[in-house]
Amino acid sequence: MNSSNQTTPLLEVRNLSKHFGAVRALNDFSMAVRPGEVVALAGDNGAGKTTLIKAISGVFQPTGGEILLRGQPVTFATPQEAREKGIETIYQDLALADNLSIGANIFLGREPMRKAFGFLPVLDRKAMAEAAKATMGRLDFHVSRLEAPVSNFSGGQRQAVAIGRAVYWDAQILIMDEPTAALGVPEQRKVISLIHQLKAQGRGVIFISHNLQDIFAVSDRIVVLRRGVQAGERKISETNHDEVVKLMVGG
Amino acid sequence: MTSTSPAQPADKHVAPQADHGDPARSLIARIAEGRAWLFLAGLIICFEVWSRLAFGATFMLNPFNLQSIAIFAVAPLLLATGQTFVIISGGIDLSLGFIMGLAAVIAAHATNMAGAAIPLPLAMLVGILASVIVAGVPGVINGLLISRLKVPPFIGTLGMFGVARGAAFLLAGGTTVPVQNSWFALLGNGKFYGVPYLVLITAVFVIVMHYLLSQTRFGQHNYAIGANVQAARRAGIDIRGHILRLYVLSAMCAGLGGALYAARFTAGAAQAGEPLLLDSVAAVVIGGASLFGGSGTIFGTVAGALVIAVIQYGLVFVNVEPFWQFIAVGVVIIISVLIDQAQRRFSGARQDE
Repeated sequence: MNSSNQTTPLLEVRNLSKHFGAVRALNDFSMAVRPGEVVALAGDNGAGKTTLIKAISGVFQPTGGEILLRGQPVTFATPQEAREKGIETIYQDLALADNLSIGANIFLGREPMRKAFGFLPVLDRKAMAEAAKATMGRLDFHVSRLEAPVSNFSGGQRQAVAIGRAVYWDAQILIMDEPTAALGVPEQRKVISLIHQLKAQGRGVIFISHNLQDIFAVSDRIVVLRRGVQAGERKISETNHDEVVKLMVGG
Repeated sequence: MTSTSPAQPADKHVAPQADHGDPARSLIARIAEGRAWLFLAGLIICFEVWSRLAFGATFMLNPFNLQSIAIFAVAPLLLATGQTFVIISGGIDLSLGFIMGLAAVIAAHATNMAGAAIPLPLAMLVGILASVIVAGVPGVINGLLISRLKVPPFIGTLGMFGVARGAAFLLAGGTTVPVQNSWFALLGNGKFYGVPYLVLITAVFVIVMHYLLSQTRFGQHNYAIGANVQAARRAGIDIRGHILRLYVLSAMCAGLGGALYAARFTAGAAQAGEPLLLDSVAAVVIGGASLFGGSGTIFGTVAGALVIAVIQYGLVFVNVEPFWQFIAVGVVIIISVLIDQAQRRFSGARQDE
C-alpha cells in the first residue's frame, strides 16, 4: 500500500528455475509485481505457469534463483509460511467448505475463540460474522444472511468469499489461478471487478487465465511463458490479442 | 472417504442466485433438519395410542418404560456419538462394536484385578479408566492407517473390527467375564431420583461431545474436512493430526460404552457391541447426518438413537414379534435418507452426486 515505494516491487522473482529430474519445468525466469499492479501470466498448458505459482506460494522449493518480498530474499518451506508473509493463492475450484458460513470460511483454521460464562472457550461466531460483513463490504459485496452456508451462494459470490478471506488476512500479493474458469459470464465480470478493487487497495495480483479478454480487461502487464522460459513481457496498453497469442504459441 | 478429492462443479454451470427467502425451501430444510425429532414424536404418539387401545394403559407416562427406553438407548448412543464425528468428517468407523466388546472385557478384568489390591470404588474407577484407555489403542491404529497410510476408512476399520473382535474373545477366554465389585454393580443398576446412573453419565457425556462438535475448533474443522478436505488442507488445518484424534475419540466413546455395559450386566462380554455397530450408524443417519460428510449434529444423533430405542422397546411392549423391529428401523432409515435427498435437491447443494 506504500505508494511512495513504487520502485521496490512487492514481489520479485529472479532467475527462478524448477527442474523435475531432467524436465526443466521452469528455467531462469524473472518477473516483478508492484503495489497496485495486476500482472497476467499467460501460456499454453505445460508452459510452466502452475510450476511458477507453486514455487512462489511455497508448494515447491525452487531448484535455483530467488524470490524477493519488498526487496528481501525469502524462502518458503510450506504454503503456510508464504501465507504468513502475505502471499495468498486463490484457486479456480472454489476452495471453500460449502457447509460453513462466510465467516467460518474466512477464519477456517484460525477461528477466533471467546470465553462463555467466563471460562469455557467457544467459537466466537459473532466476531466471525462481523468480520465477514466488514470484509465483504470492502469488496462491495453485501449479504444479508451471514449465517447461511456458502453453498447457498452463486459461484461468483463464493469466489468473492475466497478473495475476501485473503483480504481479511491482509494478503499483499494474491495469486489467482484461473479464478474465473468455473464461472459463467456475469460471474466472471464480478470477479474482474473484484480484482479492480484489490488493485485500488494497493495489493499486487498475479492473474493466471486462458481467457485473453479477461486478461486485457484487468491487467497492467502480461508475462508470457513458453516451455518454462519467459517468451515475452508486454504492457497491456502496448499490445494486442494477436501478439500475445503469437508469443504463447511461438509463432 | 476422506481421501477422495472433493467433488467440484465439473461443468461451467452457473449456480442460480442465492435464494434465501423461498419459504418452501426453508420449510423443507427445517423439516429435514428436525426429522429425527419428528420421527420420535410420531413413534411415541403411535405407541401411546396403540397401548391405550390394546391394553388401556399409558406407554410414555409409565416411568418404568421411560427408564427402560433410556437404558436401551445408552450403549448405541455412546457408539453413535463417536460415529457422528467420524461420519461428519466423511469417514466411517466399523470397528466400534468390537472395540466396545474389548473395552467391556478389559473393564471386567481390570476392575477385578484392582479390586484385589485397592478399595472397591477405586477399583471401579481403575476399571473404567483402563477400558477407555485400552479402547484408544485400536483408535490410534485406525487413525494412523487412515491418516498416514491412506487406507480408506471403510477398509481400515473393517480390519480393526476383526482384530478387536479376536482380541476381545482371547482376553475373555471365549466366555463372559463376571465382575466382583458391588460399586460397579451399583453404578450399572442404581438410580438417582429415578434416573439410572448410566443415563446420567451418558447425558453429561453427550453434552460434552455436543460442545466439542459445535463450539470448538476441532468440531469446526471436522465439518470443514467432511465438506471439502482440499479446502481444509489449504486453510492450514492439520488433516493428519485431526483424523488421528478423530478415530481415537470415536474409539474412546466405544470404550466408555463398553465400561458401562460391564457395569450394567456386571460382566464383560466380547460380543457386547456386536449388534450395536449398525444401530450406531443408523442413529447417526436418522439423526440427519449425511454419509457424504459435512453435516450432522450430536442432538440429531441423540434423537436417532432414541427413535431406534423406542421402536425396539415399543414393539416388545405392544407384544409384536421382535423381528418387526428390524423392519421398522430399516424403513425409518430409508425414509430418513429420502427426506435428506429431497432437501438437497431443493437447496441446490452441489457437493455430492
